Amino acid sequence: MILARPKTVSSILALVGGMKSLVVAGCQECVTVCQSGGRKEVSCVAQLLEIAGKKRGFPFEIAQVTVFRQCDNECLVPLDALMEKADACISLGCGVGVQFIAERYPTVMVIPGVDTVGGGGTVMSGVWEERCAMCGECILAETTGICPVTRCAKGLLNGPCGGSVDGRCEAGTDLPCAWEMIYHRLKKQGRLDSLRRIRPPKNWAHSGSGAMRKVIREEVMPCLSALPLK
Amino acid sequence: MSFEPKILAFCCHHCAYGAADLSGVLRLQYPVNIQIIRVPCSGRISEEHILDAFVKGADGVCVAGCLKGNCHYQSGNLRAGKRVEILKNRLADIGIEPERLHMFYVSAGMGAPFARFMAELVETIRDLGPAFNGQEREGGEQLDSRTS
Amino acid sequence: MSIGPAAKVIEARTGSRLEKVLRAGHFAVTAEIGPPKGADGRRIQQLAALVKDYSDAQNLTDNQTAVVRLCSLAAAVHVLNSGGEPVLQMTTRDRNRIALQSDLLGAASLGVRNVLCLSGDHQRFGNHPEAKGVFDLDSVQLTATVRQMREERLFICGEEIKAPPRVFVGAVENPFAGPVELRVLRLGKKVMAGAEFIQTQVVYDVEGFARWMDTVCAAGWHKKTFILAGVTPPRSAGALRYMSRIPGMKVPEELIRRMEKASDKLREGQRIALEIINQVRAIAGVSGVHIMAINWEEAVPEIVSMAGLYPRP
Ligand code: SF4
Ligand code: SF4
Repeated sequence: MILARPKTVSSILALVGGMKSLVVAGCQECVTVCQSGGRKEVSCVAQLLEIAGKKRGFPFEIAQVTVFRQCDNECLVPLDALMEKADACISLGCGVGVQFIAERYPTVMVIPGVDTVGGGGTVMSGVWEERCAMCGECILAETTGICPVTRCAKGLLNGPCGGSVDGRCEAGTDLPCAWEMIYHRLKKQGRLDSLRRIRPPKNWAHSGSGAMRKVIREEVMPCLSALPLK
Repeated sequence: MSFEPKILAFCCHHCAYGAADLSGVLRLQYPVNIQIIRVPCSGRISEEHILDAFVKGADGVCVAGCLKGNCHYQSGNLRAGKRVEILKNRLADIGIEPERLHMFYVSAGMGAPFARFMAELVETIRDLGPAFNGQEREGGEQLDSRTS
Repeated sequence: MSIGPAAKVIEARTGSRLEKVLRAGHFAVTAEIGPPKGADGRRIQQLAALVKDYSDAQNLTDNQTAVVRLCSLAAAVHVLNSGGEPVLQMTTRDRNRIALQSDLLGAASLGVRNVLCLSGDHQRFGNHPEAKGVFDLDSVQLTATVRQMREERLFICGEEIKAPPRVFVGAVENPFAGPVELRVLRLGKKVMAGAEFIQTQVVYDVEGFARWMDTVCAAGWHKKTFILAGVTPPRSAGALRYMSRIPGMKVPEELIRRMEKASDKLREGQRIALEIINQVRAIAGVSGVHIMAINWEEAVPEIVSMAGLYPRP
């Protein structure tokens, strides 16, 4: 899922100063699971905004809505009526959701209510960890299902740096060294030889450092003949 | 006219509610400003409930659960404590005095301490004044200057 | 990019003095010079003048510990102008493959004949912890890139280089970090990628180092690369204790006690460095020492002389 962490409500308030009508929009997918943008979080943010508004003597009119998925245009229909009179929308969806809302309602200011962190999972209740940096060219088969791009602090592809000590990463004592993890798992699988292979420079053009990525698969696209002519 | 704060107390059925009851039996006085809502466990109270109380006009809120280690559901009171702690920060973040929110740990036998806690809480909130008095606008303060 | 086993022993052809010394079978001495945190080239020239006759080559660190300093390429040119033999350190932390290849061409054009390829300390430790780490390449890939540029005359992308950079290529290894097997695998990988010399992390734990060298020799890597043991003269017991806390450093407790007891700390520090040099020299497969006396470069001439390694070939 996409991991996100709540922004402070004061940072949102700073942007909606003179406004009256707000929509706080949640998403039932990833941000619900990582408890930063689901129905409950929407309610908390809306209530905090309401309290802040009352405290100033100029209450907001706040609508709450949590859609099935913010990153799908069809799912945004429940926002249509609300957005008509909204001065701003605070989206607790990930950065994708925020952008899909902004695209659908180009005349309304859209404010991200969370900081989108990355692709990760729940390690235990209340703890989420990043696992995938979405590099666009997955090498997990060779690294025993441990991603060095994400989990090695330097994204090294050819083994550990000199700072790995007792299995800990030099960049933080609370982080395991990804390469030592890979080494142990390779050993368990009897595949240590793969550590000897020199992995050439990675094609980062597929990653976020290239141009905006696009996935196109014609077999799932609507048939062109069925589309209305331009 | 002096300010009479409205305070909502979420009291756990197993301890704080009993303590409130006992203080009544002991004929101890505590201020009428406190309204008690009985809950099955302080851990049942989420951020939403507390915020809702403020939205609906409470000047202060307290959550009262069992003594640490004595929760009937193992750790409901500790969870409640954590939530209150975090919510205090979030309230402070938007300019609401965090002292308006309190977590108490009591046992059913602590009738007298319960009454004392409540009296103290009322005094604290009374000193703070109403949560929203709408006076700031009349004072000519710019609407967005508080938040930027 | 074609990375094959580049670890063929070839004749000196880079014009590097360090390479000549090593290939002639001499016990090599290199010294480290830390560029200043300012635009003061004279300081580097002074240090170069101080150590150049007592070492075969001088390493210029590349924003060591991720602290911004005068760049290693400019520092290398100051060393050249002072009659020294620079080893240009290049980390992959701050520059992508475009900048690294370009810097290498520039350095070679200015007369730099040695490079040392590293990934670099994580930016989190430096004075700009909020910086974006680049790490487009890793140190193994950088090593292979330099060899490819030099021998196959090709950029990473496969385009031809008319005038290839003639540089002697080195890498680093930490004998004390992680499982020995993994460390030796990694050393072998660097050698296969084309590292002609290896400078190690500072050695205080000579026994541990000797054990690591045993494994290295058993794998035969000492025949395919020149291994230079890192030596740092300690200035005080506190300095040793501080180093013992750095990730990947091992400092025997008795060494710290010895420094504590010493009345003349600086002399004792030099004596310890001297002993370590003599001990590692006796270990099979060690081709030289790399003396890192950062902020105490003045100690280098004396240590080298006392070790009987002066004059240099
Ligand atoms: S290699 Fe790339 S795609 Fe695969 S897990 Fe790592 S970052 Fe994600
Ligand atoms: S210690 Fe391990 S995880 Fe950390 S940067 Fe070095 S190789 Fe990567």
